Amino acid sequence: MRPEDLLCPSPKGLYCPPADLHIDPLRPVERALVTHGHADHARPGNAAVMATPETLAIMAARYGEAFCATRQPAAYGEVHDVGGGVKASFHPAGHVLGAAQILLEWKGFRAVVSGDYKRAHDPTAATFEVVPCDLFITEATFGLPVFRHPDAAGEVAKLLDSVELFPDRAHLVGAYTLGKAQRLMKLLREAGWDRPIHLHGAMERVTETYRALGVDLGETIRVMAADRKALAGAIVLCPPSALRELWARKFPDPVTVAASGWMRVRARARQKGVELPLVVSDHADWDELRQTILDTGAEEIWVTHGEEDALVHWCGAAGLKARPLRLVGYGDEGEAEETPAEEASGE
Amino acid sequence: MNRFAFLLDRLAYEPRRNAKVRLIADYFRETPDPERGWALAALTGALSFRHAKPGMIRALIMERTDPVLFGLSYDYVGDLAETVALMWPGEPRANRVPPLSEIVEGLTSTAKLDLPRRLATWLDALDEVGRWALLKLITGSLRIGASARLAKTAVAALGDHKPDEIELVWPGLEPPYEDLFAWVEGRGEKPSALDPAPFRPPMLAHPLEDADYRAFDPADFVAEWKWDGIRVQASAGRDEDGRHVARLWSRSGEDVSGAFPDLIEALTFDAAIDGELLVLRDGRVQSFNVLQQRLNRKSVTPKLISEFPVHIRAYDLLVEGEEDLREKPFMERRARLEAFIARESNPRVDLSPIVPFADWDELAAARLDPAAAGAGDSAAVEGLMVKRRDAPYVVGRPKGLWFKWKHDPMTVDAVLMYAQRGHGKRSSFYSDYTFGLWTEDDAGPQLVPVGKAYFGFTDEELVELDRFVRKHTINRFGPVREVSHTEDLGLVLEVAFEGVARSARHKSGVAMRFPRVARIRWDKPPHEADRLETLEALIDVRGAARVS
Repeated sequence: MRPEDLLCPSPKGLYCPPADLHIDPLRPVERALVTHGHADHARPGNAAVMATPETLAIMAARYGEAFCATRQPAAYGEVHDVGGGVKASFHPAGHVLGAAQILLEWKGFRAVVSGDYKRAHDPTAATFEVVPCDLFITEATFGLPVFRHPDAAGEVAKLLDSVELFPDRAHLVGAYTLGKAQRLMKLLREAGWDRPIHLHGAMERVTETYRALGVDLGETIRVMAADRKALAGAIVLCPPSALRELWARKFPDPVTVAASGWMRVRARARQKGVELPLVVSDHADWDELRQTILDTGAEEIWVTHGEEDALVHWCGAAGLKARPLRLVGYGDEGEAEETPAEEASGE
Repeated sequence: MNRFAFLLDRLAYEPRRNAKVRLIADYFRETPDPERGWALAALTGALSFRHAKPGMIRALIMERTDPVLFGLSYDYVGDLAETVALMWPGEPRANRVPPLSEIVEGLTSTAKLDLPRRLATWLDALDEVGRWALLKLITGSLRIGASARLAKTAVAALGDHKPDEIELVWPGLEPPYEDLFAWVEGRGEKPSALDPAPFRPPMLAHPLEDADYRAFDPADFVAEWKWDGIRVQASAGRDEDGRHVARLWSRSGEDVSGAFPDLIEALTFDAAIDGELLVLRDGRVQSFNVLQQRLNRKSVTPKLISEFPVHIRAYDLLVEGEEDLREKPFMERRARLEAFIARESNPRVDLSPIVPFADWDELAAARLDPAAAGAGDSAAVEGLMVKRRDAPYVVGRPKGLWFKWKHDPMTVDAVLMYAQRGHGKRSSFYSDYTFGLWTEDDAGPQLVPVGKAYFGFTDEELVELDRFVRKHTINRFGPVREVSHTEDLGLVLEVAFEGVARSARHKSGVAMRFPRVARIRWDKPPHEADRLETLEALIDVRGAARVS
């Protein structure tokens, strides 16, 4: 058999012909397997959705309970028969709460769809597990050797240093609404920040879902329009887009902070008017991508959304069969942390 | 080096000018001589290293990385120093982080053959930010939004001095500037080596359209032509030994004397003139394009000098002899200038005439038809300058004193054909756009590229343009993407420009001057964009042969 018989790219996303299902479909389909709750991977309107219980809860919180007709939870490690002789199981991806890699087994052939993943420490997400396979379909958001993410705790320390240096200014931290924001809250707690953390309204719902799923984030306070002037010395989390809005200007002399893997590149940070860039990413960096590819033992690698070319080139040099999977629609070609739909859905 | 790297990093992200000055001043306060002096030299662009060049950095990284991966990374990051700083293989060692003075000394004195090894040792010892700062120092383009002027302002802020005072003593100083720091901190004498032909920062204008000028009283203002050349300052005087020194300065304070030995020779007076550099042939102002052929030449040959005779058309007199006129009202300076020009009768320096007007309508008419209003040739001017009669000569861009009233640009609706990644602030965005107009051949309607634009849009529009390019790419050629440009699927850009001329070098046969994106026509289908004939018809309207 060929790997393409089990999984193939289609206009609606990755399609599995024997089981007649899509993974992270871009348009509504009959049966969808969803890796995680980010809007470019989890979309409303599918008939049946299988995902981890956490991802299903996040989708319900963001899209409403009617986001699909029937849902089937798949806890990490459970094996489900999805028809056509295909078995599916979900394994921790370390990206955000509930994020999974999806393993499909068929006729003794194992294919893993990574979704988005990272291997660095994240107290809000289950730790990435290596799943040995024959075909590994990996993301490549940060698939260039210039992306080497530093230790996130060190970046959070930079934020706390700045708060200490400028006690009269509000620190406005642009962070992705689902995942990054909650990880930062937890990292701030781990670094000893015990004061309330102030949240843009768009972040409340997802944060509540995290709490309901058992993640302790300490005290958070929703920012009310009238309170903004009084937030000198506070740490305020907001979606990245809000940094550029009128909303951001009413704080006392705000310091514009952004937490993203893109902050590694100066031009990106400057273009967005960021004064304090924090390199904190929920995606694998160049070293993690390469290590993971080797760890899976896969003989064939498909590379999707991001900087495919560099990673495909590296695989070739390492003697691995690899090809870019030019799927359109995920992460707006590498800008996975800034999808407008994602930000809009949180407002 | 770490402290200096930290300063550069902070400056790169600090948008506010005053905060930048404070950061630099704080650094100068906390850092001892000679470290801070070398930093000042770096910030003012006074350092250049003979052997350390971008090529050497490239060779070092090539030994350590896969060339394809380096190429993709450089294309993405758009900056050599930053790409190398990020890609440099991290090998934590016990190397001591060298101080800035040691690096400057090493870069200056290390033999060319030994330099790569020395440079690699430093790069191993530094972290990402340190490597970036070091490589920026070597490539000579800090690009951290801190000009030489800003650094001098920070020096002035150490004591109770004005930035201009630093500017006046500056030409006589050498890094690491210990005498300068001693003086501003009140520990030493003012450095004496006064330059007899210093640069004086120029006065700049605001666009008249931005002001409610109809409410202004025309009697308070005078107008003159804005000649289409290069704004310069001719500064000349005698040094302590009585030797005559003349210099030609660009608007930004660059000494461009070397390119114009013929003109320098003619500056025999003792004064400072603000004026426009023009090529004149038989008294006629030549196009900007002709002037450009005189610029940027490696060697200035007698042939070049005789074919492109440069002149100064004087706008203002800043200093005459020992007397600084800059505090005086414009009309008083103007009278002094007219007398000065008449007395000198220098064949290389003439007077820019006043354009008379009784009311704003009359001035508007002059702007529309400069030839009829006394400019001689409409192509020679870019528009008008409108100045308050009582305005002193103020450094920078003061409000309400000087205005520029340029021609309205011409526009065409063109179709986006190719996009290329930008550099600096724009790297990783597709920000350079090649656009085309329709022609007809046997195969039917065809787009022919007519120009390239890389500004005119806002940051928000750039994000939208970049997204459009990524979604509608049909071909990739390295950093260039071909974008869909059929009759029905494509993007129309309204392109504004200052002139158009025939060109043998361009496939379209025409070349535009100063094209930029005026508007993005999301609403317009590509087949409704303009035809090449529309652009060709504009060739004689204004500035024939401005571009060739």
